[in-house]
Amino acid sequence: MTETGYVEALDLAAGGFLLAAVGMLWRREHTAMVRFLAAQGIALAAMVMILGLYRSDRELIAVAVGLGALRAGLLPWLARRAVGTVPAEQRETRPVVNIAASLVSAAVLALLGYAVTRPLVELAPSPATQVLPTAVTVVLIGFFVLVTRRRAISQVVGLLVLDNGITAAAFLATSGVPLIVELGVSFDLLLVVLVLQLLTVRLRTAFGTTDLDDLRELRD
Amino acid sequence: MNTLLLLAPLGLPLAAAVGYALAGWRPWTAWSGVATTGLLLAVAAGLAVTVHRHGPIETLDGLLRADALSSWMLLVVGAVASLACWASPAYLSAGHASPRRSRWYGILLQLFIAAMSVAVLAGNLGVLWVAIEATTIVTTFLVGHDRTRTALEAAWKYVVICSAAIAVAFLGTMLLYYAARNAGLSADAALDWRTVADHASALDPGVTRIAVGLAVIGFGAKAGLVPLHAWLPDAHSQAPAPVSALMSGVLLAVAFYALLRFKVIADAALGVGYLRALLLVLALATLALAAVLLLGQRDYKRMLAYSSMEHIGLMAVGVAAGGRLAITAVLLHIGGHGMAKTVAFLGSGHILRSEGSTEITAARGLAVRAPLLAGVFGLAVLALLGLPPSVVFASQLGIARAGFESGIGWAVAVAFGLALVAFAAIAAGTGRMLLGPADPGGRASPAGPGFGVAAAAPLVAGLVAVMVLGVAAWPVSSVLHAAAGIVEALP
Repeated sequence: MTETGYVEALDLAAGGFLLAAVGMLWRREHTAMVRFLAAQGIALAAMVMILGLYRSDRELIAVAVGLGALRAGLLPWLARRAVGTVPAEQRETRPVVNIAASLVSAAVLALLGYAVTRPLVELAPSPATQVLPTAVTVVLIGFFVLVTRRRAISQVVGLLVLDNGITAAAFLATSGVPLIVELGVSFDLLLVVLVLQLLTVRLRTAFGTTDLDDLRELRD
Repeated sequence: MNTLLLLAPLGLPLAAAVGYALAGWRPWTAWSGVATTGLLLAVAAGLAVTVHRHGPIETLDGLLRADALSSWMLLVVGAVASLACWASPAYLSAGHASPRRSRWYGILLQLFIAAMSVAVLAGNLGVLWVAIEATTIVTTFLVGHDRTRTALEAAWKYVVICSAAIAVAFLGTMLLYYAARNAGLSADAALDWRTVADHASALDPGVTRIAVGLAVIGFGAKAGLVPLHAWLPDAHSQAPAPVSALMSGVLLAVAFYALLRFKVIADAALGVGYLRALLLVLALATLALAAVLLLGQRDYKRMLAYSSMEHIGLMAVGVAAGGRLAITAVLLHIGGHGMAKTVAFLGSGHILRSEGSTEITAARGLAVRAPLLAGVFGLAVLALLGLPPSVVFASQLGIARAGFESGIGWAVAVAFGLALVAFAAIAAGTGRMLLGPADPGGRASPAGPGFGVAAAAPLVAGLVAVMVLGVAAWPVSSVLHAAAGIVEALP
């Protein structure tokens, strides 16, 4: 892979990665959010794949394939199943922050992402570390989704976006942590999503809805 | 032999979990968990002796490693787990849980203990992270064990907040790895806490500062420090009593232990000032929040949960102080608080069974109706409050003394002022529970099986251990001193 081709491909994938996160702020339908989540998983796997091809690193290419299967296939599928078929549950009815304000917030978060990652880029400037700010921005957007959406399923999506951002940061900065740690992290993440899916079903049985505003029996 | 000592703390609870999966929860399997955790405690003691004589040991290429600090933490895990497993049969039989749920309870409880053992024995920051996240996953269903609306709500908050927080800690771990790789460490060595600590002076300060900050926020949330603490009172009050005991007594301490490992690296790379400032801010905010919410608290399980936050705040002040005496006191406090809080939570479970409510007013006059239960609970709360001969008295005194000597006297004064408010609130709340005339509208007599000698045995054993450690800490003093030497900031 040529140097310019590598940089362009990496920047393109990182752009898609960030755009998918912003898309989740833009749409309120849960099925659309899950579709953006799958798109983001593909962009993440593509980034890792590009890094692997550029460095001719077979292990990294294999990890990219596994990552794609998990982040673009299995996890969005599990999230989709948690959405369920109840009509009232198909969309985020009243997010804490409305759509327009959410999109403006995304811009502010991007600025913040660039500001806080300066020491990271300065330590080892390279095409890969230069896109680290997008990964950190996605982490921040994940947090934003987590705190401003009220449905249980949106929180699951927010958590997954947060985790996608962190995984992207890990691969961009260091071409990934050692394999045993990566396996452990992926396994933990899969279990968390399974746990959340099961809890969503139980919440729906107990409360008749997954609106987290109804969860207010425990307070001081 | 060393490999066996390091693998046994993981293998024993896993074997018990497999046993529960195959045979279910029966009278005889119920006690197998007690046997394996008792063995775990023995292994931890063996590990402490081995490490004391021959220095740190490791296996699996350094994935598992034990030094004095790990072995002390494993001792605390083993002690609290033994008490919790010992109390579980009485808890479940009184609750009439279905066989299926009892089986899952047994499996998950043992997996929980296994995950904590791995966390304290991990020689690699990545494995440490994976193990702490695994504790979140297995305890979620234990928190939601009762399947009530409140239990489900608590479980949801717990898994969402803790997973997000621990993800932040992973970002911190990963950035530290990035700094270590750029300091010339190989991929396998760059997450090994001992190697990273040895090369800490070569780490880039800018990146390390961000990494440590994120790790403190993330692991701090799991330890009950602000700002991501909101899960704690809910989860600790809704979980079954033995699970609350484990979560409050050791899980918080295990997450706190992760902070200690980061402290060693941070102090060597950035000097003591950075982490001290960070920890003091979080500790004082946690103490203030706990003190305010303890005033006027009407639920005794939440009261115990906020008391855990108060104690974690004090420990963080002790770690901020640094120095051999402060760290020794903090480690002793981890043990003392773990055991005393375990007894208090186990007692609260029995009170909930007999009174049917976690309201303080519902338990009014308990000393008249159930003197043994009220006595044990009262003594546990007194031990938690730090009245001699409880070991908590000695450790709090140590933290205060070391704090004043290390030049952060103002912060220590504020911290203990807030702790005094919490002390008064807890004492008043417990007084209202145990003493006073019974609520006229309340139950006339305890329902279900009473609090007999068999049910009281684990609680009394825990109390005795807290008192004995308070009078004579010599059995553990060499471990504690060696462990504190590891964490102590180098001048």
